[in-house]
Amino acid sequence: MTFLGSSATLRHTVWVLRGNPVTAVAAAGAFILCLLAIIGPSIVPYDPIASNVANALKPPSAQHWAGTDQLGRDVFSRLVVAARLDLAIALSAVSLSFAMGAVIGAICGYMGGRIDRYVGRFVDILMAFPLFVLAMAMVAALGNRVENIVIATAIINLPFYIRFARAEVNVRRNAGWVEAARASGDSHLSVILRFLLPNVLPAMAVQVSLNLGWAILNAAGLSFIGLGVKPPTPEWGIMVAEGARFIATGKWWLVAFPGLALMLTVLCFNLLGDGLRDILDPRMRT
Amino acid sequence: MTAGLMPAPPLLAVDDLHVDFSTRNGIVKAVRGVSLNVAEGETLGVVGESGSGKSVTAFAVTRLLEASGRITGGHIRFRGQDITRASSSQLRSLHGAAVSMIFQNPRAALNPIRTVGLQLADAINAHEQVSAGEGRRRALELLKSVLIRDPEQRLDAYPHELSGGMCQRVMIAMAIAGKPSLLIADEPTTGLDVTTQKTVMDLVARIITERGMSMILITHDLGLAARYCQRVMVMEQGKVVEEATPRTLFSQPAHPYTKRLVAASPTATSTIADLAPGEGVNPRATRAGDDTDSKPTPGTPPLLEVQNLVKRYDRGVVAVDDVSFQIAAGESLGLVGESGSGKSTISRLVCRLIDASEGQILFDGQSIGGQPARSFHASPVRKDIQIVFQDPTESLNPRYNAFECIAHPLRRLLAMKDGAALTARVRECATRTGLPLDLLERFPHQLSGGQKARVGIARAIACRPRLLILDEPTAALDVSVQAIILQLLDSLRRQDGLSLLFVSHDLNVVRMMCERIVVLRLGKIVEIGSNETIFRDASNPYTRELIDAVLNISDHRQG
Repeated sequence: MTFLGSSATLRHTVWVLRGNPVTAVAAAGAFILCLLAIIGPSIVPYDPIASNVANALKPPSAQHWAGTDQLGRDVFSRLVVAARLDLAIALSAVSLSFAMGAVIGAICGYMGGRIDRYVGRFVDILMAFPLFVLAMAMVAALGNRVENIVIATAIINLPFYIRFARAEVNVRRNAGWVEAARASGDSHLSVILRFLLPNVLPAMAVQVSLNLGWAILNAAGLSFIGLGVKPPTPEWGIMVAEGARFIATGKWWLVAFPGLALMLTVLCFNLLGDGLRDILDPRMRT
Repeated sequence: MTAGLMPAPPLLAVDDLHVDFSTRNGIVKAVRGVSLNVAEGETLGVVGESGSGKSVTAFAVTRLLEASGRITGGHIRFRGQDITRASSSQLRSLHGAAVSMIFQNPRAALNPIRTVGLQLADAINAHEQVSAGEGRRRALELLKSVLIRDPEQRLDAYPHELSGGMCQRVMIAMAIAGKPSLLIADEPTTGLDVTTQKTVMDLVARIITERGMSMILITHDLGLAARYCQRVMVMEQGKVVEEATPRTLFSQPAHPYTKRLVAASPTATSTIADLAPGEGVNPRATRAGDDTDSKPTPGTPPLLEVQNLVKRYDRGVVAVDDVSFQIAAGESLGLVGESGSGKSTISRLVCRLIDASEGQILFDGQSIGGQPARSFHASPVRKDIQIVFQDPTESLNPRYNAFECIAHPLRRLLAMKDGAALTARVRECATRTGLPLDLLERFPHQLSGGQKARVGIARAIACRPRLLILDEPTAALDVSVQAIILQLLDSLRRQDGLSLLFVSHDLNVVRMMCERIVVLRLGKIVEIGSNETIFRDASNPYTRELIDAVLNISDHRQG
């Protein structure tokens, strides 16, 4: 494959980021988050699980930047360590629904007919449920484990990807280059996988980025109501849930910092979306 | 009507107009010092190829430029009044009442969810308050004046219920609703069938004369300008290069660009070699049919034989109805017809991209209709039948660069692996189609229309097919590019002994490219015969009508 060299891609990326500083900030934020998720556990100042009741419920200070919780654990350390779990859940759930949704949606959009109708109705049924309740039901039924949170989150996101890929492929199915690919000896399946999917991926990347933030919220939400990750594992949703008990007594830092972490993460991924589309679309290059 | 009787101030006077567009790549100077005058009752033609700035000039005159465009110099005077910097409220009274426009693609310019009558009433209401009943009465009057069939029923019709020609009539009715004195027609008949084009333009010309209006006709079609304009202005790269009466301009063009443009426009007598003399692409180009080796040898089976082909769609639509024809090896067959004639469907049936409902397709004596289109990609004759599509932009995968586009069929159909042989073959195809090799790394959006057309042709010939289907290969191209592409196709055909199935609505082009012609109407064959028979003595009235509707630059308007 003789696609544009990496230097051209890099130049284009730099161009997009310079024209759109918000994307650059979001990209930097996402990069820091990913970095923390990888190396976080080895750089935090305190053990995130070790309790020290004598030191409980201390407000933010020079030793404990985000204060300590009811068991005397360092909130900052827990926040940083939690990034790995939250991001891992969100990333795997979103990649799962992205991969499945893109392929299923593309097949529906290209083939039309009976497959399209059946899948379409299935998606409609799925979307008729309140999605969070559906996720709750699935985790409750499958068991309270991290894999099941991933599966539940992936399934409730699936309809969006199917519909998106279907619509994007549908408008392209009669394009001249699709017919040309057929005349060049491509089967229908090969046209979908090698021609149509690569063309709809840039638009879907935006969806992925928006969805990542939403998946993190979903995982945190499940943990918040006690249906996800179990304490004492550090996780932003549980931290908010546990801290909520103390907010009435003015211990604001227990809720504020994990909440802030969640908010910034979601914001980062949402802002990244649009910039990502510009970077991935070759037509934006000149 | 003649320019000599022109009163002192012309209706519209544009003086040294400059228009800039700010784009990602900096400032683009779209119009660079254009001056023009339109007298009362005069029709001025503005011709030029894409990018010449002819439409931008018109939009600047009506001050309808998009936000990125800016008038940076010059003056526009309407009836002596300077409107170059007119406020938007002044412009509102100007639009419709003094100047109105009709555009290409009338369907897109009409609101799809309002009836024709209501939209016409809106156009009337924009200038004077009228009651609903009065609006309807006036709308009906307007529809009658544009000679639409069954005007009473059309009042309550929605745009999608009308044909393209009728939509353009409605647009014309809207444009004259405010009784303007100047009509700007921007490619008003591009995309319409030839016979519709003629009736619509005749109608516009009649309305202009009857109402004593002036018109600026913007077009890429020299024949259209020659037929309907008193004065023609040629634009190139934002500048006026020549201005004269059609007779002088087209018989004795002075500027080299005009000369090239006039030469490239197919006429009733031109040959492929005439189109772009001195291009050097094609030393062997001759008049179609002169070449003896392309004549079928008696006794050999035809390369392609189509027998009683029928294509039915759901809801009883019959796109192709009992069509039979043959193509000999090395022969070029033209498929002519207006929209809805089934010519594109036939090209896809023959290319085995879709399945026929009935009938036989024999290639080289072998039936290929039996294998469903779904699995035809694996057929051994897949590489022998290739196709070039109408819109060069649409026919290239936006994520493949030119090299990948041409290499793709080689990889799939000839199982060539990446390496020197593949690269050599791609470069050979690019060279043969006149595509500079350094453009192979570029993506479709970085290529011009003509370059994209070359990539499309290079891709189609990469596997050395025996039958090449050309589905309106030049319909989306400028005339000078069309000339070069036609020469290229003709020489490729002669060098490789290719058979062509040439689908087109342009009779002049088909006449030059093909030995035999099939005339189609509503899915049925109207007439089939040799090039000379069809053009000299067409027996069928429909064929005659098609031939007569062709506008040639030699048909100057008298007076």
